Amino acid sequence: MSNILKYFSFKEIKKSLVMSVWFMILTFPIMVIKVNTIENTVIWRWNYLIGVGISSFIFASLWRYMIERKKLQGGSESTVPLLQKIRELGERKPTLKKGSLIGVIVLILVFPFITSMYQTGIMTTALMYVILGLGLNIVVGLGGLLNLGYAAFYAVGAYTYALLHIHFGLGFWVCLPIGALMATILGVLLAIPVLRLRGDYLAIVTLGFGEIVRIVLENWNAFSHGPSGIANIPRPTFFGIHFTLPQATIYLYFIMIALVVFTIFVVRRLENSRMGRTWIAMREDEIASQSMGINITQVKVTTFALGAFWAGMIGVVFAAKTTFINPASFTLWESIIILCVVVIGGMGSIVGVVVGAGILILLPEYLRAFSQYRMLIFGAILVLMMVFRPGGIVTSVRKVYKIEPHLQGGSDNKVEDK
Amino acid sequence: MDHSYFFELFLGGMTRGSIYALIALGYTMVYGIIKLINFAHGEIYMIGAFTALIVSSVLGFTGMNPILILAIASVLAIFFSSAYGTTMEKIAYKPLREAPRLSALISAIGMSMFLQNYVLLAQTPDFLPFPDMIPDFKFLQPINKILNSTQFVILVTTAIVMILLTILIKFTKIGKAMRATSQDAKMAQLLGININKVITVTFIIGSATAAIGGVLISSHTGQLNYYIGFIAGIKAFVAAVLGGIGSIPGAVLGSFVLGWTESFGTGYISSDYEDVFAFIFLIIILIFRPSGILGRKQNDKV
Repeated sequence: MSNILKYFSFKEIKKSLVMSVWFMILTFPIMVIKVNTIENTVIWRWNYLIGVGISSFIFASLWRYMIERKKLQGGSESTVPLLQKIRELGERKPTLKKGSLIGVIVLILVFPFITSMYQTGIMTTALMYVILGLGLNIVVGLGGLLNLGYAAFYAVGAYTYALLHIHFGLGFWVCLPIGALMATILGVLLAIPVLRLRGDYLAIVTLGFGEIVRIVLENWNAFSHGPSGIANIPRPTFFGIHFTLPQATIYLYFIMIALVVFTIFVVRRLENSRMGRTWIAMREDEIASQSMGINITQVKVTTFALGAFWAGMIGVVFAAKTTFINPASFTLWESIIILCVVVIGGMGSIVGVVVGAGILILLPEYLRAFSQYRMLIFGAILVLMMVFRPGGIVTSVRKVYKIEPHLQGGSDNKVEDK
Repeated sequence: MDHSYFFELFLGGMTRGSIYALIALGYTMVYGIIKLINFAHGEIYMIGAFTALIVSSVLGFTGMNPILILAIASVLAIFFSSAYGTTMEKIAYKPLREAPRLSALISAIGMSMFLQNYVLLAQTPDFLPFPDMIPDFKFLQPINKILNSTQFVILVTTAIVMILLTILIKFTKIGKAMRATSQDAKMAQLLGININKVITVTFIIGSATAAIGGVLISSHTGQLNYYIGFIAGIKAFVAAVLGGIGSIPGAVLGSFVLGWTESFGTGYISSDYEDVFAFIFLIIILIFRPSGILGRKQNDKV
């Protein structure tokens, strides 16, 4: 109790007051004065100043309390037990595990039928970001290569479908693998010039690459129809059957569920494969892994290519979902949002990416109630989340091989997740 | 091609380069010291420009001398930008110093979004005209076609800022502390350097140069809105990396190279692909010099 009282002592209140005065000075020109340059009038909004003062006082007190608490807990280490606890609980009570698993599956299956079309649409978007996040996670989380041009691969997938439909009349299911393949090829092409680059040099080149793709799409009218984009892209069909809009929304939702399951399956297998372990080795130390006989060139190319694959696939789904694409959907912000999905959830962890996509895509949708403040709140949440949970919500759990010595000999090694 | 067109593009590129340099300096200095890509740096520049616009409009009604208004507006812009820069560092970056670098990057991105929307909501989403307060110089009359007085002021101011900054970093005590911190922060701390103070000073200097850049470019283009910071920030970041991030002369050189590339690319080839030229040039340079033009080669140890 005395611990909490400490934060209401005179000294603390004085500190918060100083902070609030500082914020009042800081926000003075932008919050208080509003200039109308057409009518040449100035509006002084003094009530805003009082608002800033009071809210920053509360903010400052809470902030210091939270920072103290974080220091006492010892940083991000506290995030590991949560996942572990759930897992242990599942192991102790198999019926509960089975029951909740079935519950989740049933909920996923009936979701589009018990909610509106709008909700289903949002959920489909969130599922798309799960796959995008998992794809980028291969490059950033496992490979340790910061890629800020991921939206370019996404764009390639979307444009592949749109253009193949216009010129050759190809359908969704044919274009899905083609779009993924095109993005993979582009991934290999990008990997070649960046092989020697590291860290932030890599980040800026990938950023530049993403922008080049977008600007070319915007200006090369003969090829991509320019900034006006391509409209009337057909929604996916079911063995030639065309759906009405509500049916198509539900259908797309189930396609996405299937794709997410497929992606999680493949990514999990990749992660623990020989290839996945070379990615992690490269992330940890490039030179050390090279000296252990890992071909860094090959590893870098495979991370970029396999990361791009998923983006290309989702690009096709995106084009089919919105039925209209233009270059404005594939800006740098798109890449940044996908990166946020990976980092917020917890880098390198599949569960983390799913949670991150859920938060980042559903949060702004449900923040629509605050309409114009939503991006402001979103930015603030990003900062606060990183400050208080720098390792992401779910930190990645590496597979640990535990070998128990047997007195009788034999070699049945136990594998368990730690 | 006649020569005057070439010179026009040359000086135009140099003007662009000067502005990029003023913003890139903040990027590269912050990077040199805490190894963070400060994504919100462009927003600091935008806030500087906005403050200058607000102050100059309010003072404009009093009928003051334009040059005096410009001086007051610039000083206040520098003050507020530096205040925002240091406050931002305390809130969004200081608690993350020990955290993974990508977390700090996301925090910076969040800060950038927050500041953009803060200005958007508190002010306006529209473009605002920026008053032209730089007087026409008589002696520039003959070459007015290729170099106007705003461009002249930009070039001179950038040169002065560069010289002052070089003196500060080479010859003062705090400059020495900054160089030491950028080489090895832990070692510098062991030798009695107050890292927190060095970081604060770095943010103040970086934000101040960004604010100067903000005032100058807004005078040059004559308009601004809440989004100018993001685009300028990306360009300055490219310039800083081009020159070798962490290196101050590199940032200046990279900015000029970028300015000229864009200027000649748009002047002689096509104006639609302005940014494409910049990025392709960047990629080509980085293929041959992976740590930028003036960047030091990193020697990694296992």
